[in-house]
Amino acid sequence: MSDDHVYMTLAEGHEDDARWAYGTGFEDPLHGVDIAVPEGVDAGEVAACCLALGDDALVSAQRLAEWCTRAPELEEEVALANIGLDLLGQARLLYGRCGQVDGTGRGEDAYAYFRDPGDFRNVRLAELPGGDFAFSITRLLVLSSWRLALFEQLTASPDPVLAAIAAKGVKELAYHRQYAAEWAVRLGDGTEESHRRMRTALEQVGPYIGELFTAYDVRDEVVAVLRQVTEAAGLPMPAWKPSPSSSSRGYPMPGAGRDGDHTEHLAPLLAELQGVARAHPEATW
Amino acid sequence: MSSTEGVKDEWPLYEVFVRGKRGLNHVHVGSLHAADDRMALTHARDLYTRRNEGVSIWVVRSDHIAASTRDEKDPFFAPSADKVYRHPTFYDIPDDVPHI
Repeated sequence: MSDDHVYMTLAEGHEDDARWAYGTGFEDPLHGVDIAVPEGVDAGEVAACCLALGDDALVSAQRLAEWCTRAPELEEEVALANIGLDLLGQARLLYGRCGQVDGTGRGEDAYAYFRDPGDFRNVRLAELPGGDFAFSITRLLVLSSWRLALFEQLTASPDPVLAAIAAKGVKELAYHRQYAAEWAVRLGDGTEESHRRMRTALEQVGPYIGELFTAYDVRDEVVAVLRQVTEAAGLPMPAWKPSPSSSSRGYPMPGAGRDGDHTEHLAPLLAELQGVARAHPEATW
Repeated sequence: MSSTEGVKDEWPLYEVFVRGKRGLNHVHVGSLHAADDRMALTHARDLYTRRNEGVSIWVVRSDHIAASTRDEKDPFFAPSADKVYRHPTFYDIPDDVPHI
């Protein structure tokens, strides 16, 4: 920082003056982070964690992108696409880390485009079809609350890269949760029709919530958020069954998306996502 | 029979002002539709600061802005056209002073 002139300090870092509309001062979230796996850290566990969280993000991003040209308002379309792109960015960083530590040296595209549905480790809630706007909001509320709580824990991960990715993601996820919560309250406390749709969405999402709490102990944080939002919205708490097992911290978990056990909806989603890359492998653009 | 039957009610229009990282004041960047002030702020965040442009946002309902009209153009602005003595052109401004 140059402190010899107060005006120079004001303008510092903005040499690209003429292009205000594009913003300035972009940051690389992994700048200066050591990519070596620290001693005592299980690389396989880090890789599995990155893969699972990357898959959650990629599949969620694809579902959110499906709102493009179909959202109820142009402004909402951009908002949903922005959230999807945040998640896509998280997926890229997580896949990148996975390739560094799982011993394969694969790049992000190998994970996104060249694995089959049974190799994906995303939770099943992420892959369910889009449904109506109320369903998308409800799912986003649950997934973003859950992911935010996970990422807050992961900022203390012994793996420095995973911790840096989590630290970047926390700020994004805090906005996703806020966006979803505001809409949930608006719809739940809105018209008779919007209230009815939110109730239906909560019933649809409910059965898939238990699966979220298998690997990390963040149940209390998520329940607290859902309780606060549903109370403000005049909606019932979604009902779910307890997790299959809360004792194991490893991956994958039995009987869940984390185990590669998916609904029939994942395969068509991946077919659309991967079609171009598989038709033209090694293509660049 | 109502003439608006079947026509969707539009959300009101808002004007958006963003202060850039290096900016000293908020600048009008565009407009958007939103149901309320809070939604207008989140929409503005999503539409107008997604390329890292801003650090602060103002939104205001477009119909709350009082504007001069075209008819007033001459009486409002023409009289200042020949008052060159109102410009601070008689001072030297150092090269390293930005934002002037």
